[in-house]
Amino acid sequence: MPEQDPKQRVKNFDEVPLGYSLDTAIAEAKRCLECKPQKGRKICVDGCPVGIDIPAFVKQIKEGNIEGAIHIIKKKNNLPAICGRVCPYEDQCEKMCVMGVKFEPVAIGRLERFAADYERERGLNVPEKPVSKDGRVAVVGSGPAGLTAAADLARMGYKVTIFEALHEAGGVLMYGIPEFRLPKKIVRAEVDYVRSLGVDIKTDIVIGKTITIDDLLEEFDAVFIGTGAGLPNWMNIPGENLSGVYSANEFLTRINLMRAYNFPEYDTPIRVGKKVATIGGGNVAMDCARTALRMGAEESYILYRRTEKEMPARIEEIEHAKEEGVIFKLLVAPTRYIGDEKGWVRQVECVRMELGEPDASGRRRPIPVKGSEFTMDVDTVIVAIGQSPNPLVPKATPGLQTTEEGTIIVNEEGLTLKEGVFAGGDITSGAATVILAMGAGKKAAAAIDRYIFTKKCG
Amino acid sequence: MYKIVAKRELAPTVKLFEISAPLVANKAKAGQFIILRIDEKGERVPFTIADWSREKGTVTIVILEVGKTTRQLGAMKEGDHVLNFVGPLGKPAEIENYGTTVCVGGGVGIACIYPEVRALKAAGNRVVSIIGARSKNLLIFEEEIRKFSDEFYIATDDGSKGHRGFVSDILQTLINTNKHIDRVITVGPPIMMKVIANLTRPYGIRTVASLNPIMVDGTGMCGSCRVIVGGETKFACVDGPEFDAHLVDFDHLIARNRRYVEEEALSLRNYEEATSKCRKL
Ligand SMILES: Cc1cc2nc3c(=O)[nH]c(=O)nc-3n(C[C@H](O)[C@H](O)[C@H](O)COP(=O)(O)OP(=O)(O)OC[C@H]3O[C@@H](n4cnc5c(N)ncnc54)[C@H](O)[C@@H]3O)c2cc1C
Ligand SMILES: Cc1cc2nc3c(=O)[nH]c(=O)nc-3n(C[C@H](O)[C@H](O)[C@H](O)COP(=O)(O)OP(=O)(O)OC[C@H]3O[C@@H](n4cnc5c(N)ncnc54)[C@H](O)[C@@H]3O)c2cc1C
Ligand code: FES
Repeated sequence: MPEQDPKQRVKNFDEVPLGYSLDTAIAEAKRCLECKPQKGRKICVDGCPVGIDIPAFVKQIKEGNIEGAIHIIKKKNNLPAICGRVCPYEDQCEKMCVMGVKFEPVAIGRLERFAADYERERGLNVPEKPVSKDGRVAVVGSGPAGLTAAADLARMGYKVTIFEALHEAGGVLMYGIPEFRLPKKIVRAEVDYVRSLGVDIKTDIVIGKTITIDDLLEEFDAVFIGTGAGLPNWMNIPGENLSGVYSANEFLTRINLMRAYNFPEYDTPIRVGKKVATIGGGNVAMDCARTALRMGAEESYILYRRTEKEMPARIEEIEHAKEEGVIFKLLVAPTRYIGDEKGWVRQVECVRMELGEPDASGRRRPIPVKGSEFTMDVDTVIVAIGQSPNPLVPKATPGLQTTEEGTIIVNEEGLTLKEGVFAGGDITSGAATVILAMGAGKKAAAAIDRYIFTKKCG
Repeated sequence: MYKIVAKRELAPTVKLFEISAPLVANKAKAGQFIILRIDEKGERVPFTIADWSREKGTVTIVILEVGKTTRQLGAMKEGDHVLNFVGPLGKPAEIENYGTTVCVGGGVGIACIYPEVRALKAAGNRVVSIIGARSKNLLIFEEEIRKFSDEFYIATDDGSKGHRGFVSDILQTLINTNKHIDRVITVGPPIMMKVIANLTRPYGIRTVASLNPIMVDGTGMCGSCRVIVGGETKFACVDGPEFDAHLVDFDHLIARNRRYVEEEALSLRNYEEATSKCRKL
């Protein structure tokens, strides 16, 4: 897929990949072998957490019927332009693709993105209103899990209201993932699509504070919790609270949601220095390091305690970061931050690591090398070592139980230990992916449908 | 959109707004705060809930104009709307019958301490209130607080009303005259709260301070509001905003609150230029 030149793109927040043209999309779709289903199953579909009928939509593109393609996608996925950009397809549908054995797999993700963009750019297709069913459902949180559960339930005919704590819907899609990877106008368009299904989205409402889950249960037949993993993790090392040390969430929220890159036109400030170190090796860390360059950093470092092979970030993200000039410092971990007399971070002390035996995650455990400490001058640090489940709702809701890691306990249908309350997405799995959150939202929507049916008729 | 149903000027730079937000009013408790955003380009800024009416569905905030956002807000009128208004956030203040409780409010912190004075009185405390400001024209909520206080003192830096000097002088005098004090609550500039904490520490008087770090979301998601209490990192928006004043690292709070001084100055300059141009036109 054509992309913006790295030298240019580090100076702007515009999207990096430019998307397929109609001709390239058709050419790519033609590579699909239309494999015969095996025992009634299509193997690429098995790799899709929301079960999109991939061969069917690819076939429509092959035939130039893009509207037909998007129609098929939207039967299962209400956020295709988002998934077509951020899904880890290489580990899912494309991993299963037979073409991938000898050649490159069919670019299913890019085709999905193309179909969604094609439709959006030509005006949204609003589906007909379904029959209405007797029942009201409250959805807490408007990330991919909440949006998906809400859209599915609305299509089944329920009256659905989403409650969102922030002033904009979208969750991490809005405040976390940067504009150059997922333009916010696309998130808004897909959120509007969910609204067009009849879903009412109420922002500025913190469930557990403004309204409690128990309040909701008085008014709604069921509640779905999709509050995500919004709690930043820290390493608890000296100096972490110095000025200039951000959590990835604060850094990205100021820039994406609050548009600090347009300061002072927008009121929210951010300060990004000349030498920026991002701690971590996941997608979030890549996003931060690349964002720092766009905010004017001269040197943007990734400090990661293992090697590139163990990095949890998608290969494409690592490649993009490297092309843009992010400097990878591998097998190092920060041990403390050193500040100046005004409380600003000036240096980071690191220790070198070596890899030992595999740990519980199956990856080789990093072990500090004694006496290998060194310091680096930095004026901004971004801590991107993961997020934990947001404890606000569980803390404020009697009867809702959590694991030691803070995830809400649910059965395989998404039902919590509290009657009428379901949950899914990062709040039940811990920080994961957009599509897994959507899959959980779908499953819970189906379970909520059964629950309300039994309650009303059974 | 949240309508400003009433506005009152308490002092030239201190303004009271009553804002229609029924869901917030419904759950509001003393010690909690809200976050608002004026418009699409606005910053999310926190303000303490100074009062509320469940019947009218309104929440009262009192703002001190210090920078761009608070000035812009200060220029808004009855009937105008703010785009976002979320709350009540933070933990409610601990209100019990402690015996004799001294409430110390400084500057705009006077407005923030008012609901606590009222709630403490209702809980049966003997309430001693000390309020202070730079000058008499910056004193706010005087009558309201006096009404719920068993003893009431004023301090002004310039001596234009009450004691000439600081609120801490009055507290020191109370302690020196062997007044029995069970608890102190203080809201105001960090430096004032630090002085109060240092003053009561040797006497072992339980002291609570309401902290005002820079915030973004107010729900525990970003960590902008982290403060150090007893050597541990806390998020003021969800773990506070009130903490044991004897354990708070005030110097850290003061340093972190200066993180954006240059950007804030630029913002204010732009705003002033834009508004003075409008006035000339
Ligand atoms: C920077 C970053 C980059 C990422 N990149 C990718 C990627 O490329 N591909 C990928 O698949 N995944 C990626 N992820 C992970 C993915 O974004 C998450 O797994 C996904 O968003 C989880 O969805 P969710 O619906 O469970 O929660 P979230 O998206 O976190 O949404 C939760 C929502 O609930 C709201 N909320 C929380 N508490 C309350 C409350 N008490 N009341 C009301 N509302 C509340 C929040 O404000 C938020 O809007 C990334 C994550 C981050 C942070
Ligand atoms: C829990 C809490 C309750 C508060 N209650 C009140 C109140 O009742 N009345 C009142 O007048 N003020 C209150 N404040 C302070 C108020 O939020 C700031 O004065 C306001 O944000 C300043 O914005 P500005 O753009 O006008 O000024 P700026 O020029 O941006 O900043 C001036 C100073 O305000 C502080 N500040 C700036 N941005 C923020 C932010 N996003 N969050 C918190 N502080 C910030 C900083 O210390 C800064 O140096 C409270 C703050 C907190 C955290
Ligand atoms: S303001 Fe973001 S965590 Fe407290």
